[in-house]
Amino acid sequence: MTVTGTRTRGGIGESVVRPDGVPKVTGNFAYASDLTAEGMLWGATLRSPFARARLVRLDTSAALAIPGVHAVLTQEDVPGRPTFGQIVADQPVLVDGEARFWGEPAAIVAADDPDTARRAVAAIDIEWEELDPLVDMEEALELGEVFRHAPVRRGDPDSSGPVVVEGFYEIGMQDQAPLGTEAGLAVPDGEGGVDLWVTSQWTHEDHDQIWRSLDVKPGQVRQHPSGIGGAFGAREDMSLHIHVCMLALRTGRPVKMVYNRAESFPGHVHRHPARMWFRHEARADGTLTRVQARILLDGGAYTDTTPAVVANAVYFAVGPYRVDNVHVDGYGLRTNNPPAGAMRGFGVVQACFAHESQMDRLAAELAMDPLELRKRNALATGDPLATTGQIIETPLPTTDVIDRVAAMPLPAPDESEDPRRLPGGTGLTTSRSDVVRGVGYAVSIKNIAFSEAFDDYAEARVVLTAAGAEVHTAAVEVGQGMVTVLAQIARTALGVDRVAIVPADTGAIGSAGSTSASRQTQMTGGAVLEAARAVRELALQRGDGDDLTSEGVWRSGELVMTLDELCESGPLSHHTRFRHPPTEEPDENGQGTLHADFAVAAHRAVVDVDPELGLVRVVQVDTAQDIGLALNPQSVRGQIEGGIMQGVGLAVMEELVLDRGVIRNASFTDYLLPTFLDAPDVEIELIEEPSPWGPFGAKGIGEPPTISSTPAVVAAIRNATGRELNRVPVRPQDITGT
Amino acid sequence: MEIVRPTDLSGALEALDSAPDATVLAGGTDLMVEINFGHRHPEHIVAVRRVEELTELNGRIGACVTWARLEQGPYRALAQAARTVGSPQIRAAGTIGGNLGTASPAGDGLPFLAALDAEIELHSAARVRRLRWDEFLTGPKQNALAPGELIHSVVLPDEIPTRQEFGKVGVRNAMVISAVMVCVARFDDGRTRVAVGSAGPTTLRVRAAEEMISAESSPGESALAEFQRLVSEGVNPITDHRSTADYRRHAAGVVARRLLERCL
Amino acid sequence: MSDVDFTLNGETRSVSVGTTQSLLSLLRDELELPGSKNACEQGECGSCTVLMDGAAVCACLVLAADADGSDITTVEGMASGDVLHAVQDALVAGGGVQCGFCTPGFVVAAAHLFESEPSPDRDQIREALSGNICRCTGYGAILRSLEDLAQR
Repeated sequence: MTVTGTRTRGGIGESVVRPDGVPKVTGNFAYASDLTAEGMLWGATLRSPFARARLVRLDTSAALAIPGVHAVLTQEDVPGRPTFGQIVADQPVLVDGEARFWGEPAAIVAADDPDTARRAVAAIDIEWEELDPLVDMEEALELGEVFRHAPVRRGDPDSSGPVVVEGFYEIGMQDQAPLGTEAGLAVPDGEGGVDLWVTSQWTHEDHDQIWRSLDVKPGQVRQHPSGIGGAFGAREDMSLHIHVCMLALRTGRPVKMVYNRAESFPGHVHRHPARMWFRHEARADGTLTRVQARILLDGGAYTDTTPAVVANAVYFAVGPYRVDNVHVDGYGLRTNNPPAGAMRGFGVVQACFAHESQMDRLAAELAMDPLELRKRNALATGDPLATTGQIIETPLPTTDVIDRVAAMPLPAPDESEDPRRLPGGTGLTTSRSDVVRGVGYAVSIKNIAFSEAFDDYAEARVVLTAAGAEVHTAAVEVGQGMVTVLAQIARTALGVDRVAIVPADTGAIGSAGSTSASRQTQMTGGAVLEAARAVRELALQRGDGDDLTSEGVWRSGELVMTLDELCESGPLSHHTRFRHPPTEEPDENGQGTLHADFAVAAHRAVVDVDPELGLVRVVQVDTAQDIGLALNPQSVRGQIEGGIMQGVGLAVMEELVLDRGVIRNASFTDYLLPTFLDAPDVEIELIEEPSPWGPFGAKGIGEPPTISSTPAVVAAIRNATGRELNRVPVRPQDITGT
Repeated sequence: MEIVRPTDLSGALEALDSAPDATVLAGGTDLMVEINFGHRHPEHIVAVRRVEELTELNGRIGACVTWARLEQGPYRALAQAARTVGSPQIRAAGTIGGNLGTASPAGDGLPFLAALDAEIELHSAARVRRLRWDEFLTGPKQNALAPGELIHSVVLPDEIPTRQEFGKVGVRNAMVISAVMVCVARFDDGRTRVAVGSAGPTTLRVRAAEEMISAESSPGESALAEFQRLVSEGVNPITDHRSTADYRRHAAGVVARRLLERCL
Repeated sequence: MSDVDFTLNGETRSVSVGTTQSLLSLLRDELELPGSKNACEQGECGSCTVLMDGAAVCACLVLAADADGSDITTVEGMASGDVLHAVQDALVAGGGVQCGFCTPGFVVAAAHLFESEPSPDRDQIREALSGNICRCTGYGAILRSLEDLAQR
């Protein structure tokens, strides 16, 4: 390209600051929970106090009689399709005679203010008959309560290696715990339709479910992008969406609903708890010969995304390793536990904890260095994925991530007696002499974007005007920084500095797909790149030039048409629908080209453990991650550090404690999220081998940090203590054995 | 009356006298949680944080002295405990009187009061009385406060143990409710007290361990081990969503031994 | 209802509040200051941190009626006109903001820290902000932002 005019500023590769940074630090950024409208009512929800119960009586008259109460609605009031759900519409909008999980919404209220709404909920006359909940996965399997069984049969079923290790592994229920709870504002349009601002990861998918239940035409529901306080999967399935719209349409007034933290815990899907059995066989030199696994995932009461989570757990059950003989059965079970669905890592987190624990166990059995064992079996470009047989055609630097993380310097031994650097923290339980340091490694592979023949696409429109470029998209920013990266892609592709991201509602543009599966940088980013390149071509044609910059169109180093002149006859615009390479449905043996792209990551955790008290401080987590290209290095680092923290949380503290389906710790007092004093230092090596279809070669980066960080931390605790630790989170009593 | 905000003690006692069912509000860090989640709906509130007499820290500890102030001393183990109360924001508002009013077995300040055999001074319009800590704390979230009565202050004995250490076990390294916590206090003559929180219906003292170790002028390894064993044996914890009875029992002993070692 | 007078972001305000209303609810739902965030309502996340008479406290745990006579500063009162507070500037530049829901609380708590300790070290920053939960960043970028500021 001829160098003309000023270089594009804020393009790819720069640590461009977030456009929403200033509004967020000043408190001026509007989240869904901050929105108001003239004449607005407040919604509230009546929930089942039991994990399973028959609804005997529900009388709303006393609640309706309270002054200031405008509507009290139940399942009978659902105007259209009585159920919703992303894959299978099996969840009643409100309890339909039997509550199937603790906290399931049974009735909704709209009132003048939050206090009146709460009092109305309390005034609803309701009687339940508690039923025996099904809470055990093995029992659910026996009863045939299976959302999906995903098998993998590859290679010789009778093959056997001389060295065998087996293990049982368990994962507790992790919550996404985004800081912003579920919130929505529905505003009736006066013509039977409704505008909705709501916490969401995928506006178009929500929209397709909402209009059906409201019994209106699709265009009569417009779901708008809204400020979202974190998601991590919790918002891929709907929460209060239909409820708040029903109340708005019934009352003819805007209605706002915001869940409090106690409601939020049962009010969204969680990471699937897992029970897993794995058997690894190898030759004496460490070459894997066969892997068998049985994976049970607790899907809770309704389908949600369980079938896809099961698929991920099964297809990544072996990890980034070569092995020819694989036999895996994965089951998603229906129980009366809280519903499970998407959470960062999406099934791979569970499998990775098991396969990496197994690799360490196998290395010990073989008296081999655990990293050497992993490298000996490392999956590379050109190899078949051990489970599905798909030939990996994209770059897959498995050996590289292992070598790079192993080569990073270890943190110096810590001699400090400062409690803030010791297990137990300011509780002053522990002196340095009580501490043993441990180091552990883990490696993971994750698919990027949607798999198994899903028609996965993202739409974007780029419009060039005299004022600069606009990028129109329905892709949801949940905090990860997509708005920054999309603008950078557009700037570089166009050559124009001034780029604004214009969030579009469901009526204004087609779907961008879900903000999940590490997909938006590649998918909506891909769409923006395609559209921006097309607009640049249009500009060059119109200006008969060879370059476009913020000044205008250039020919042979001279400005021939300013941006003003270029857009005089109207803006230049291009709309595109971007698709990734097609994937297939699995055959009956789970074989096929099921995935569009892959990313690998390796983690090394260093922990200080007080073995006598079972207390842990995660000192440092280092990682080498396969990211294709760093579009925004600061943002990449932020995603990796944040993802690691969630993996550390699962390793040592985060768990919803269940008792017959009831969450015993549905509060921030007792569902423990890591604090500043629990945060490890993080050092990062980025491996940049371009993805063939990501914009400028970039890969999705959101999930890998959460996946192998958990087993790395547990491996480090094992290294420090010698304990088996087959369950996460690791609790103090698991370490002390008391 | 809905809320009164007295600025002196007599004003507070008058308000409580005229509405004995009123809820006393100090730092709000416990009461407001109950209110926010709809568990309590007080109709009359006496907000006492402006009452100067209650904020005195001079030989006695006024009920409205905040954790943030106690973190700065003068009592070592209480300062250590104060540093673990909730978050810096909680410590800026929450008070020692609140710990007594709530009377949770997990009250972080209570093991220190138990170890020192503190008395709690209660005032009402009619009388002033003092109760020893274990007469005041009558059960989990239960205390001996009578209607119309106000927690005025904590009165510590004249003789303060020269050695005192506090330790709290939680699953997180900050801002955590204890799985178990211990305060050990030792006088120069070897008399030793050990108080444990979150290990029974109320904060408790382990007398058998105290007697054994008080007799040891310079305890060796075996005495320390015996002390640990007696503490573990002498507590009465439960299993709940925060921890297990067995772990609490074990950890109480370990922490008590470690704190005693620091006192020697 | 109860009448209270207080100073809010430098302005004297007189309002009528409910007996059990929290300061957070008053700020967000009635005084049109939604910058302080409601994420837990029990003092376990710090998202609603405000300055009250010079102390950083959780607005969810302050009874609005008991705020009478207080001087309160919320996140909306941290910047001087268009000039950001140094902590705000540092967090934007250093990538310390992602979803941003915890950010107002971090801004106020960190500003309070720098008020009393202009050059806090790493562990002081970590402890002083241990009552502010961030679910997105893993705290790394927040720490680097504030360490940079401490060294200025």
